[in-house]
Amino acid sequence: MQRYIVRRVFYALISLVLLSITIFCLIRFTGDPAVLMVEPGASEADLQAIRQEFGLDKPWVVQYGVFMVNMARGDFGMSIYYREPAFELYLQRLPASLLLAAVAMSISLLIGIPIGILSAVRVNSWLDTIGKTFSILGLSLPSFWVGLLLIMIFSVSWGWLPSSGSGTFWHILMPAFSLGWVFSAAYTRMARSAMLDVLGSEYIKLARLKGLPEKLVIAKHAFKNAVIPVLTLAGINLVIMMNVAVVVESVFAWPGIGRLLYEGISNRDFPVVQTTVLMGGMMIVVINLLVDILYAYVDPRIRYGQ
Amino acid sequence: MDSSPASVIDSVVLSADRPSRWSGLLRSFYEAPFVPLLILVLLVLTAVGADWLAPHDPTIGNLRARYLPPVWEERGSSEYLLGTDHMGRDVLSRLIHGSRISLVVATAAVLLAGVIGTTLGILSGFRGGWIDQVVMRLTDAWMALPTISFAILLAALLRPSEWNLVVILAAVYWTRYARVIRGEVLSLKERDFVRLAIVAGCSRTRIMGTHILPNIANSAIVMATLQFGVVIIAEATLSFLGVGVAPPQPAWGLMLFEGKSGLMTGFWWLSIFPGVCIMLVVLAANLLGDWFRVWSDPQLRQL
Repeated sequence: MQRYIVRRVFYALISLVLLSITIFCLIRFTGDPAVLMVEPGASEADLQAIRQEFGLDKPWVVQYGVFMVNMARGDFGMSIYYREPAFELYLQRLPASLLLAAVAMSISLLIGIPIGILSAVRVNSWLDTIGKTFSILGLSLPSFWVGLLLIMIFSVSWGWLPSSGSGTFWHILMPAFSLGWVFSAAYTRMARSAMLDVLGSEYIKLARLKGLPEKLVIAKHAFKNAVIPVLTLAGINLVIMMNVAVVVESVFAWPGIGRLLYEGISNRDFPVVQTTVLMGGMMIVVINLLVDILYAYVDPRIRYGQ
Repeated sequence: MDSSPASVIDSVVLSADRPSRWSGLLRSFYEAPFVPLLILVLLVLTAVGADWLAPHDPTIGNLRARYLPPVWEERGSSEYLLGTDHMGRDVLSRLIHGSRISLVVATAAVLLAGVIGTTLGILSGFRGGWIDQVVMRLTDAWMALPTISFAILLAALLRPSEWNLVVILAAVYWTRYARVIRGEVLSLKERDFVRLAIVAGCSRTRIMGTHILPNIANSAIVMATLQFGVVIIAEATLSFLGVGVAPPQPAWGLMLFEGKSGLMTGFWWLSIFPGVCIMLVVLAANLLGDWFRVWSDPQLRQL
């Protein structure tokens, strides 16, 4: 187990290094990073000063070393627009993103699991058809358009919900739904196939042979095992959700990290954009590492398989 | 000759399969879902014939005809069937020209991503060793980046234009091909025909190109069809965020972005029509991709 963990951590570290090299190289391949750090229309003298200050006139290897050391210290550069450290801005916005992702996750699970389970229990019935239609619709609608439709219905026509901002419970409903909808489609599919697997297993046959009522077999025996993979996926998706919320957050002016990224682009605030993307990548590497270790802990075959 | 039951069954199945392969292919194509196919054919037709089909110029507006509603609404004009936007440009013409952008960008991006991913996947699976390690670790790292944020970062680095968008989308979406194709190549590598080719002295390039590529082409095509819808949504998202197609162009995502300011004042047609177009095309691509996946993999057909 320890050797397995050490190897996984090593792989994750390699991923992180490659991630930083990727971002570092992309920025330098596509142009002059000094231009990205100043307001448009800055003079050549300003650019030279910036290059001196940030060491952009030094060799790439040295620059990369500095970049890594700074990152390890939590220094991702200063925001050009806010004149504050980009990492602090990021931390300020994190709670709002977490809240949105958590609510969106609950909504998507509440929609996805029942539909998936029901369509597995009644395979090829009209319920199953609805479930399939629902999940393919979820994958085919852009989340920002769902958001626009919700605004149109609930804010403009009926005036029930606020169209943007944050603060109250009512503000979170529409952004959370438009974010959660896409993910609920994935849960529907997953719950359906997991439930079909479980229903074909021996212990379900035994439960039926014992003469348990069908409702009890499904609700108590099958359901618990069928939702495990769905919940695991949900754990990973919580992190992914925070990082793909950028478009939903910009539609509803929700003050999370997605909105920060969006402001970063419109203000040409490159350090902020870079921080958001790098932090997103790191979070996903770490959560994948945790899931790998958790799986290995639960299932010894993975531990000794390699 | 080997006459174990399994090999007898194999030879029967194979001989029954072979002569009718192409007619069988044609016949089962009739079972393709009709409506999605129709939508995609219509998309191609409008994209090709946009110049003739569009009643107005998509980028030049009539400032005296701003915010006209669709023809069936009270103030609607029969000259502008689906209404006009904030600059008096015809929504229908912009939708028609937008289909061209969506189709070209998505097709080019899917192709480019497919070529990059498949090449790297074959190389990494077949060559193994340090090449495999480098490619796979790179794939892991790129997959860890949240797709939309990564695309936004790239878009912030490059100038907004259609071809940069293609490069960005391909750079973000090649990883899935690489990973899946590598897995398939790993199992193909152990099969007899590849071993025989090695024994026969074929060069590595030849084995990868003529023996392995045809056998993984199917999965690559299935993945490409399934990615088409994803890429269209990604393109629309980037345009909606203002880092995709540049403003005077009539991309659907950009139209939604421009229409957003009119949402609260009740100009609903600016937000509804482009979204419906995106939805129909993506839905069609997903349904067709799903059908194609099941059709090309007999194991899945039973489910």
